[in-house]
Amino acid sequence: MIALLRRDLALAVRAGGGFGLGLAFFLIVIVLVPFGVGPQSDLLSRIAPGILWVAALLAALLSLDRIFALDFEDGSLPLLATSPLPLEAVALVKGLAHWLTTGLPLTLAAPALGFLLHLQPGAYAFLLVSLAVGTPALSMIGTFGAALTVGLRRGGLLLSLLVLPLYIPTLIFGAEAVRRGADGFSATTALVLLGGITLGTFALLPFATAAALRVNLR
Amino acid sequence: MSIWEYANPKKFIATTTPVLPWVMWGAGLCLAVGLVWGFFFTPDDYRQGSTVKIFYLHVPSAMMAINIWVMMLVTSLIWLIRRHHVSALAAKAAAPIGIVMTLMALFTGAVWGQPMWGTWWAWDPRLTSFLILFLFYLGYMALWTAIEDDDTAADLTSVLCIVGSVFAVLSRYAVNFWNQGLHQGASLSLDAEENVADVFWYPALVCIAGFVLLFVGLVILRTQTEIRLRRARALQARMTA
Repeated sequence: MIALLRRDLALAVRAGGGFGLGLAFFLIVIVLVPFGVGPQSDLLSRIAPGILWVAALLAALLSLDRIFALDFEDGSLPLLATSPLPLEAVALVKGLAHWLTTGLPLTLAAPALGFLLHLQPGAYAFLLVSLAVGTPALSMIGTFGAALTVGLRRGGLLLSLLVLPLYIPTLIFGAEAVRRGADGFSATTALVLLGGITLGTFALLPFATAAALRVNLR
Repeated sequence: MSIWEYANPKKFIATTTPVLPWVMWGAGLCLAVGLVWGFFFTPDDYRQGSTVKIFYLHVPSAMMAINIWVMMLVTSLIWLIRRHHVSALAAKAAAPIGIVMTLMALFTGAVWGQPMWGTWWAWDPRLTSFLILFLFYLGYMALWTAIEDDDTAADLTSVLCIVGSVFAVLSRYAVNFWNQGLHQGASLSLDAEENVADVFWYPALVCIAGFVLLFVGLVILRTQTEIRLRRARALQARMTA
């Protein structure tokens, strides 16, 4: 498992493209928002939690189709499936690797982008925590979506149609945690529920992902 | 004699064909009686006026929209566990009906909401959940059309349906947490205290029966079409080979 994780991380960093692209996309979306809604700082600070979360979600979506597609094309996915490691574990590692290469950098970059949107000073901690807790769920759900569409030639658009509705609960609790933090309320409930979603996806979705992969490798 | 015998496509068609006209006529009769009764022979509500009558379309379609998804979940599970093709095809056949019901519930709700709430759309939990349900139907149908191999498509959509069901329930509660609603509570719960008055209740029941029969009839028809389509394709493949 560790070897597979290392391999995926090394591929993501060295092969170029995927690693920095998500971050750049995140930055661009955040920069575009003020052009769309106007530069008033009070308006921006009010919508900042939601915009930051939606942008992070879209950035995570961007690199999803690479999770299995490259391995599928060069034939290493069948090898992984026949290896002693159960396919469920492969799915889990793939999701984890995706989080480490997109979710984690997004989380770390988000506070810096919060400045651009005049996020309330009290909300930075909540932004960081909620993204750290919530983005793993995004990666795991995305891995499931990628497994469903891996055999398709033009799966990218379909993938977003399948995955985005599944992102809704995560988005609601994540953005709500930041919003409550920004307004000075207690965000514990939202954060706990967000953590529950993340743990639930990590516990259950690898099985669904593995089932979808088995069908696609048949 | 077990219920699984009807999973044989031939037996399924043979059994459902004579039933189909009855179901369809029953649906037509129930809908005609229920809607005419509801529209012309019930009093106007003292606060909502005649707009209350959209209730006879709105409530049954909303009910069906949810229940069709549940039916798809059950048939998907049957397909995954027992691998009866008719089951998978019934799920495929039900999805477009479900999406139409969802749209209908949203549309009639908007038409009612405009005079009553003063807005076509509000980000109310119930409305939002239905919009999310609509997206789930959309994704499900898109996955069916995107995959060429029939069995692969049936497998993958079944998995999606199961995962989607969990997330649909999750979204329902998340949306509740996110915003308080405008929408009134249940109007047809078994708890009689909450219910609408009997004058509205009986025609509504007839309408619901009509919608259920209509759905059953359409699913049978569409499943038969899918079976015949697949049979025709198999014959074509045999002829070219």
